[in-house]
Amino acid sequence: MNNVEILVIGGGPAGLSAAKAVASLGAKVLICERDEFPGGQLVKQTHKFFGSEKQDAGQRGIHIGQNLLQEVNDHKNIEMMTKATVVSFYEDDSVGILKNNKFMKYKPDKVIIATGAAEKFLVFPGNYLPGVYGAGAVQTLMNVAGVKPAQRVLMVGSGNIGLIVSYQLKQAGVDVAAIIEAAPNIGGYLVHASKIRRADIPILTGYTILEAYGDEQVEGARICRLDDKWQPIPGTEEDIECDAICLAVGLSPLTELCWQSECEMLFVKELSGHVPIVDQYLETTRKGIYAAGDVTGIEEASSAMVEGRIAGYSVAESLGYGQDSVNELREAAEEELKELRAGPMGGKIRKGIERVENKGGKVHVNLNRYS
Amino acid sequence: MRIQEHPVLKFDRQEKITFVYNGQEVEAYPSETVAAALHAAGIRKFGHSEKLHNPRGLFCAIGNCSSCFMNVDGVPNVRICVTLAKEGMIVKEQDGKGVIWDE
Repeated sequence: MNNVEILVIGGGPAGLSAAKAVASLGAKVLICERDEFPGGQLVKQTHKFFGSEKQDAGQRGIHIGQNLLQEVNDHKNIEMMTKATVVSFYEDDSVGILKNNKFMKYKPDKVIIATGAAEKFLVFPGNYLPGVYGAGAVQTLMNVAGVKPAQRVLMVGSGNIGLIVSYQLKQAGVDVAAIIEAAPNIGGYLVHASKIRRADIPILTGYTILEAYGDEQVEGARICRLDDKWQPIPGTEEDIECDAICLAVGLSPLTELCWQSECEMLFVKELSGHVPIVDQYLETTRKGIYAAGDVTGIEEASSAMVEGRIAGYSVAESLGYGQDSVNELREAAEEELKELRAGPMGGKIRKGIERVENKGGKVHVNLNRYS
Repeated sequence: MRIQEHPVLKFDRQEKITFVYNGQEVEAYPSETVAAALHAAGIRKFGHSEKLHNPRGLFCAIGNCSSCFMNVDGVPNVRICVTLAKEGMIVKEQDGKGVIWDE
């Protein structure tokens, strides 16, 4: 059994920020990342982030990730283990880690779960065909490997990811046939939608995909209009010639380890699925296990990084570190989070978090946190 | 197809290597995954589903969804979206569940 003071599961924006916060107060931390390269999804975010200067707004996600990683790598209190997957939680608070086909057991004093999220799938005939991708997958191919996923893409979903990835496809020299959106309005920020309009990509609201067709891979898609009860309107079917269909229909929190740890979970649709119930320190109902980032509800990388800091400070504090400065640091982070969630787009998140807080009767919660 | 010019990114590609896909040589760069190299070569079908034998390809590209399972150097169920290409690697389409020991 290997002992470690604090284990952070996941080397994405939340996990890296959490580790940095922990280490800044003098505690020792091990980050476990299942991929070969840490950085999470920041490694493919070529767009500039919003928010305030405190969250490095105005910088491209990819650079925010590089800087964060540099700071983490340079810190003597932080150890990074890559290609290492945390596969199990045990009753005695030990965890199992799989690396290079070897199973190892660790016993951390505290754990921060920052496992992030995965893209949602959509049900329609032909959805199994090669050429149906998650929008993030296409982003990985283009922006990490520099490979074009296809010649002509149909994007399903007009949230920020759908809009941003469509724009990035155009930057990579890939044609975007259209963005379709089932809702009557565009889901993402107006800034992104305007860029799409300027790039001459049509955004069709009130449309859905009926099927993908093709012999061995996607050769086209059939789409149609929806009425105000979300039902297809007969006679409005259209064929779109494309060799790829990108699904940008949301993300689900990756909560397998939360379930395994048997902390209390709650289904909150505004947070995109089952999430662990956390208190204001981001501690779950299982003592000593904290959660931060998309695993606590789908938001943006900027919020995930701030959540990571809050969890990191709180964990360090619980082990007796940084007593003189931790409150101030955490309050500043909480203030940033409040600002990030303040706009009209944050309404859904605020509602979701309120539902978590209302359910968290047993744990210490601050109901005025977002009011 | 590989992106040659990009307004934001520069791709640092090292020396080319080759690996074998279904008996055919495929060029790759050591910094890219098998899935990326196959896409660059225009290959998007990685296997077939178990029951209906439908073609299968890449979906998530982050090692989460299992859609890209292939047989790599005799090992089945390898997530090629997170496996880096290596010189001389033998990559084969996988049909259905992978078989660990071929009798």
